[in-house]
Amino acid sequence: MHRRQFLQSTSAAAIGATAPAVFTSASAQSRSETLLIVSESGPNNLDVMGVGTNVPGYEASWNCYDRLLTHEMKTLPDGSQYYERDKIKGELAEEFTIEPTSATFKLRKNATFHDGAPVTAKDVKWSLDRAVTVGGFPTFQMSAGSLTKPEQFVIIDDYTIRIDFVRKDKLTIPDLAVIVPAIMNSELCKKNATASDPWALEFAKQNTAGGGAYKVTRWTPGTEVVFDRNDTWVCGPMPKIKRIIWRIVPSAGNRRALLERGDADISFDLPNKDFAEIKGEGKLSVISTPYTNGIQYIGMNVTRPPFNNPKVRQAIACAIPYQKIMDAVLFGLAKPMFGAPPDKATEVAWPQPHKFNTDMAKAKALLTEAGYPDGFETTISFDLGFAGVNEPLCVLLQESLAQIGVKTTINKVPGANWRTELNKKEMPLFTNIFSGWLNYPEYFFYWCYHGSNSVFNTSSYQSKPMDAFIEGARDAAAAGDQVAYDKDVKAFVDLAFTDIPRIPLYQPFINIAMQKNISGYQYWFHRRLDYRAFVKA
Amino acid sequence: MTAAPARTDAAALPTAKRQTALMATLSHARHVIGENPVTGFSFGLLAILLLCALIGPSIVPHDPLSSDTAATLQAPSARHLFGTDQLGRDIFSRVIVATRLDMAIAIFSVTLVFVVGGLSGIAAGFFGGWADRIVGRIGDTIMAFPLFVLAMGIVAALGNTVTNIVIATAIINFPLYARLARTETIIRRDVGYVMAARLTGNSDLRIALTTIMPNILPLMMVQMSLTMGYAILNAAGLSFIGLGVRPPTPEWGIMVAEGAGSIISGEWWIALFPGLALMLAVFCFNLIGDGLRDIVDPQRRT
Amino acid sequence: MMKLLLDRLLTTIPALIGVVVASFLLTRVLPGDTAAYFAGPAATPQAIEQLRQQLGLDRPLPEQFGHYVVDLAKGDLGKSLTTGQPVLSDIKARLPASAELTLFGLILALLIAVPLGIAAAVRQGTVVDHACRAIATAGVSLPVFFTGLLLIYVFYYILQWSPAPLGRLDVFTSAPRGVTGFYLIDSLIAGDGETFRASFSQILLPGITLAIFSLAPIARITRASMLSALSSDFIRTARAAGLGARTIIVTYAFRNAMLPVITTLGMVFSFLLGANVLVEKVFAWPGIGSYAVEALIASDFAPVQGFVLTMAILYIVLNLLIDLTYRVIDPRMRNAS
Repeated sequence: MHRRQFLQSTSAAAIGATAPAVFTSASAQSRSETLLIVSESGPNNLDVMGVGTNVPGYEASWNCYDRLLTHEMKTLPDGSQYYERDKIKGELAEEFTIEPTSATFKLRKNATFHDGAPVTAKDVKWSLDRAVTVGGFPTFQMSAGSLTKPEQFVIIDDYTIRIDFVRKDKLTIPDLAVIVPAIMNSELCKKNATASDPWALEFAKQNTAGGGAYKVTRWTPGTEVVFDRNDTWVCGPMPKIKRIIWRIVPSAGNRRALLERGDADISFDLPNKDFAEIKGEGKLSVISTPYTNGIQYIGMNVTRPPFNNPKVRQAIACAIPYQKIMDAVLFGLAKPMFGAPPDKATEVAWPQPHKFNTDMAKAKALLTEAGYPDGFETTISFDLGFAGVNEPLCVLLQESLAQIGVKTTINKVPGANWRTELNKKEMPLFTNIFSGWLNYPEYFFYWCYHGSNSVFNTSSYQSKPMDAFIEGARDAAAAGDQVAYDKDVKAFVDLAFTDIPRIPLYQPFINIAMQKNISGYQYWFHRRLDYRAFVKA
Repeated sequence: MTAAPARTDAAALPTAKRQTALMATLSHARHVIGENPVTGFSFGLLAILLLCALIGPSIVPHDPLSSDTAATLQAPSARHLFGTDQLGRDIFSRVIVATRLDMAIAIFSVTLVFVVGGLSGIAAGFFGGWADRIVGRIGDTIMAFPLFVLAMGIVAALGNTVTNIVIATAIINFPLYARLARTETIIRRDVGYVMAARLTGNSDLRIALTTIMPNILPLMMVQMSLTMGYAILNAAGLSFIGLGVRPPTPEWGIMVAEGAGSIISGEWWIALFPGLALMLAVFCFNLIGDGLRDIVDPQRRT
Repeated sequence: MMKLLLDRLLTTIPALIGVVVASFLLTRVLPGDTAAYFAGPAATPQAIEQLRQQLGLDRPLPEQFGHYVVDLAKGDLGKSLTTGQPVLSDIKARLPASAELTLFGLILALLIAVPLGIAAAVRQGTVVDHACRAIATAGVSLPVFFTGLLLIYVFYYILQWSPAPLGRLDVFTSAPRGVTGFYLIDSLIAGDGETFRASFSQILLPGITLAIFSLAPIARITRASMLSALSSDFIRTARAAGLGARTIIVTYAFRNAMLPVITTLGMVFSFLLGANVLVEKVFAWPGIGSYAVEALIASDFAPVQGFVLTMAILYIVLNLLIDLTYRVIDPRMRNAS
């Protein structure tokens, strides 16, 4: 039987008369108000400020806690919901005013935590103090918005709090709407704090001590998380779904089968191939959205031969089988970041495509020009944690590079080890993905191209002009000088494409597949699910 | 799992009679194969596998590494007997070419443990005392680990290479070999021909190596062919969870893992054929192990 | 008897020490940098260093080992970074799942393999014998992950006979009140037929996968010991006394042949616990095998050590139990002690 026919027949059977046996009539009622999500891995901590909280943990925090601010939503032409980067509204804050050196927030007077205690300014201060003090990732993320010390957070009265700026920074306000500055129930936390754990990290790891739209009612680590709706939530429209069941199903094949059989409602970390096929079948709805400010790229270590030679880097950029990767690895589910027309003007935007295309003759010529007529030998490394994309991508790259004499061995780096390897900055040639929560070109470039050489400047790229452009754009943004900003952004994009220390391949999509009767998916910068807007017909 | 004590088998005869003993074994082998068609079949299978391993790369219809993005995920056809994978590579060619690597991993790891484990076991059995204690403790410690998890740990710790898979597989089989060699050595330590060798003034080491070792060799060979299948499974299991060989090298376990996700979407051939090859190879070694045991150790059979 | 038990226990101590040391060393040479892994996506070197200190990973190895042993003596296996829970409570929660699955697979295998072995022995050398051998050997030759995937495809996806491979229970059935931790037994105790049916249908496929893998050793040993029993003097006497073939095989030969089978069971059980790792991964089974694999891949030391120790203790207890059972079944052994 042909695959397509087979899938049609089975999914038809699933949708037809045979409702899955697990839904007895008694549970049918609750089923319509329950959402079953399946994904590869679950949270290790319900507190985004905890030590080593993983990305699934962010999702739990996002839905169980409120922040002072949040973003508006907009509807894209295709009907999907996308967050508005530049439109910020109050969440816990009923109203807020921004002045040059501070911002003042008035809290909703009727907002309560899950245990019924009112949300007051001292909870806000305690939570923000916690975020800038605990260290590690949360403190770091706060500092990205120039929120660095507790003295910045001043209680005016029970329902008013002021945040003083240490310097002018365009990112301060957006940084209050990311996941980290979640407002916690300070009394409850203090009750569960100990001398060695003053911020109640242990308690908040296991319990949601917030006032968000959902609360975790059952959590079996590694197996499932159950969220129940907080019926007294006031910071937004009351969510439609009463209960969220998040099951961990490690095998992608099983996740797909669960969706197609109608047993699961939503999955968003399926392989591209499955999404492409599910899309083709049309039995489920699939929404694909490009990662904001995210790019999968080929990186080269520019501090050592042969990649210290820009000609070699350009040769590699001409030898990448871009289209093959788009077709065979991504099944078209990504936005190409290559092959812009030669006469296209640089835009004030990021990501945007570069002008390289697959051109083996040119690659060979450039390599000869660089003094490597016979090529060279090197290693391609990739993160095994994302082997589904990385491995075929590297295999295609390897095959293509062999044609210009560049002989490569593929090095699989276990996920646990990947960041260590990146930190060492020794891998000569590799593929990686970077995506910034805050969607500004200079934010991306600061991390990936600036001479301060952050972890994400994986090529160890150093360039005085580049640093000047990036800093210029940051200053211009803070000062509100659009002309200078545009000029600097174009300049650093151009330089990044000429020097090409990293070769952008494509902007990946976050794909979500769900049953036809589910709607209300919203794309957020953190790329995790927001349960509050989902509706099940 | 340990040998029944006090028994005389063909191989345990004094050196002078070894010639005739060998003849006897051979004729016995012919008899067993003749009587047991399954063993005959398994030897046939082995021949095919060895042939694939030896000349496989030169007889396959397609380059196992070359991709063809115009012909990805094609069902089995006359052009691609086993279909193609996500990158359009010919699965038939990959399955055949993988034979060499999978067989090599199994053969090398089993040989390694055969030498190391066998010698340690002989030393333990022959010298007793602290040698016995050390070998015993190492064996006990390894046995107390869940073996597959131990292998995973070793490969994860030493790095993702074929050599390390070989080493890991050898380590987890160590107790089996050491114990077998030890038991068989103890049985023979005090029998007549060893006594005789000792009386003629041979050193302990010489006796252990020239008199005892050849006599326990046949049993160890049986053990080898039985663990060979397990070695292949073990390597494939490691590949399956991502601790295997480097891509794009074809290897059965990794091919099954790659195809696992596609079974549900209908591309069953990506995982099925390498899975079948894997099964067939293990099946073959297990049958041969059984058959060899019948030949070497007729008493055990009845 | 008690003294014998104690003696047996004492002999296991060196192996246990070996396991503790080896598991500690093994997890410390794992290449992943736990601190870097958990410092999050945008960590600075300082942030990583801070986390390293917090986790105690900056201390010298002997000191870390000392802490580990002291904690161990207090029953503290450390904390898993992947699940965020104390390892002991994780293992407690997950062990019943693995044990239930393994036992289920083992019982299933016994039900098939023992008759198979007996048939092969009684009809030695015939087609039945060869077929039994081929079936058992084919079973052990199938990689468990492959069998599992195949079964899911056929029985869940094509035939739709089996429920979704989602672990021990489907989403809308709640777990029975924990008495033994085995859902099959607990639901029976609670008299909850619905839950029993649900958990039975979940455990069936992974159980079959494990059973297929363990047919061979059980069938093989059954056949061998049946053969030696059948050729022994007491059977000859029984035959001479004119007893029926059935009586001879079932009552006399089988009873005597069971002893080696029981010894082998211990080995098969530990073998299955290993195979569990892959089966649990394929079936999303929330047992300790999948727990250990994930921890190993994340360079999360504590769960790996906890898992290995648990398995070692399990293995030792199991062997003790088998020794004891042996004594109960075999009167000669009882008199000997």
